[in-house]
Amino acid sequence: MRSRVWFGRVLPALFGITLLAFGVARADGIDDPLRAPTLNAFKGKTVAFLPLSMGFDLTEGWGAMMKHQADELGYKFEIRDPNWNTDAGAQALTQLISEKPDIIVVHNPDVQSYARLLKKAEAAGIAIIQVNMKSATPTQYYVGADWIGLGERAANEVVKACAPGKGPSTKIAIVQGALTAAASIYQIKGVDNVLSKHPEIKVVSNQAADWDASKARAVTQTVLQQNPDLCGIIGFWDGQDTGTGAAIREAGKTGKVFLITSGGGAKSACENLENGTFSADTSYDVPGQGRDINSAIRAILEDKAATKDLRVVLYTPLRVLTKADVKPGACWTPQSLFE
Amino acid sequence: MKIALTQERIVFALAVLLFAGFAIVLPNFLTAGNVLTLIRGVSVLGILGLGMAVVVIGRGIDLSIVANMAISVAWTLDMADRGVPLGVALSLGFGFVVLMGLITGFLVAYVEIPPLFATLAMGAFIYGFGRAALLSQDVIQMPAHAGILNLAGTGHVLGVPMPIILLAVASLLAFLFLRYTRPGRTIYGFGDNLQAARITGLSVRPMQVAQYVISGIVAFAAGIITATAVESMNTRIVNGTLIYDVILVVVLGGVGLSGGKGGVRNVLVGTLLIGVLLNGMTIMDVQYTVQNVVKSLILLVAIVVDSLVNPRDEQTAQQGDI
Repeated sequence: MRSRVWFGRVLPALFGITLLAFGVARADGIDDPLRAPTLNAFKGKTVAFLPLSMGFDLTEGWGAMMKHQADELGYKFEIRDPNWNTDAGAQALTQLISEKPDIIVVHNPDVQSYARLLKKAEAAGIAIIQVNMKSATPTQYYVGADWIGLGERAANEVVKACAPGKGPSTKIAIVQGALTAAASIYQIKGVDNVLSKHPEIKVVSNQAADWDASKARAVTQTVLQQNPDLCGIIGFWDGQDTGTGAAIREAGKTGKVFLITSGGGAKSACENLENGTFSADTSYDVPGQGRDINSAIRAILEDKAATKDLRVVLYTPLRVLTKADVKPGACWTPQSLFE
Repeated sequence: MKIALTQERIVFALAVLLFAGFAIVLPNFLTAGNVLTLIRGVSVLGILGLGMAVVVIGRGIDLSIVANMAISVAWTLDMADRGVPLGVALSLGFGFVVLMGLITGFLVAYVEIPPLFATLAMGAFIYGFGRAALLSQDVIQMPAHAGILNLAGTGHVLGVPMPIILLAVASLLAFLFLRYTRPGRTIYGFGDNLQAARITGLSVRPMQVAQYVISGIVAFAAGIITATAVESMNTRIVNGTLIYDVILVVVLGGVGLSGGKGGVRNVLVGTLLIGVLLNGMTIMDVQYTVQNVVKSLILLVAIVVDSLVNPRDEQTAQQGDI
């Protein structure tokens, strides 16, 4: 009796349930309970981006990636472009504080100008993400290069290239950016950290070029004139060091003076490595930074209360590019950001 | 014979003094290479100064000269980069500065807006229009196939860098124009006294327009030299202090802002002083901020000395003298 029940009723029932389960799985799937609240968290939110200026590789890259995510997730994204003007930037920030967006992504012109405003913004409940150039005020997120580390790396490369007996001399020059910008202040600290341990390396010139290629060219030309046996130059930004490289080329010393610079790793960086303008270019990987900024934005929008007291520093993994690294895909273009 | 201490002579003496001082103190200062580098470093500034001087002598001022230079050349490079033949791109860039010069000149000469305001507004317009409508990037890279153009910024003739040669050519042309041609003399005429020039029968208004066209063309040429020297045009220079430096070399050399005074020599003297200063301080590795202090102190000294030896003349002083 018992076995008939087993074979006659239980087995077919089990079989039916199994079939049913498969059928259900095939037709409907299961719902992710986190999905709806996560996606709903973005509706009606606003993120504002305050760059130094639009119109150059770094800010255009970050901006494009932020806009892409905003369109995908359905929150509002706006850019306030102060066009290299610190006063206009401070004004835009003041205006933004009164508009109260959920997040402001700030690219600081120097360490002081926005410091107080950023404190005020956080007090008003606006989350602040700082990009690549830090202010003296630490805020919820910093996404960008570790400038001290970058300076140390650049100095180490030059120390290696200009060690006694390796180059034409042990003389090097430094071409800084704008002296008050985070990228210059911290980078020179890193350079000093290394050079203080290498008294054999002699710094014959340490000048600022204000992120401008023409100024960098004029300074470098004079320095090369004075020190024809110059061995190496540390430049602080590849956008400005096309001028440094032009002066080296004009002096007929391409390949003889070791020029290391740094930048966002855009296509022009690869081109300048390939034609020998730069000997090395430390990339702080704009597409990678864009992803980090986007992750920070998502984390804050998903749960603002929980992330309120975070102090997160996301240093971008750095990569020293040389001519040997120039391959398709090594540098980014605006098109390659979303491929 | 008593030699009058004009501002030009004072500034020239200062430049010579500094030059001698640097030559004694700095070991590699007085070499042919460094002297060429020195002049080369300020040659674009000098060329822009010449364009500015033509306008200032006619009692105007062109604050849009840097915007004109940056946008016209950046647009030219951008077009060339997108496949427009180089000749066409250059012609369009040239046409752009001529058109802008015509508009500015029309505003000053016929609408009678003071040049200070007309060119200030036009500078902002040119930059804004260029960045919004013509260019997507603020630094435009030189396209690889613009090879022949590169000579303007990087070529050499008998070991002398091309920008210096071009500065010399521009100086000669400006000198001949201002000294020997009818339009050139007309500019001095109405620069000194507009009403008198008009009553005498000089065609003042068309020449006023021509002044701004000339400064536009000079700006375009200076821009090509700048761009080819660093293989890119940086439109950010519009926001920088270049325009003040241009006015500085013009005024420093003794081209009076009240018009009708000065010439090519004054601009060259002013340019030379700034060149010697910048070169010497870079060699001494003087910090950038300190360089600015020294530059402004020298300017103040020049002005103070000038006002002591050439006190303001109440009879010829004009309203609107700066």
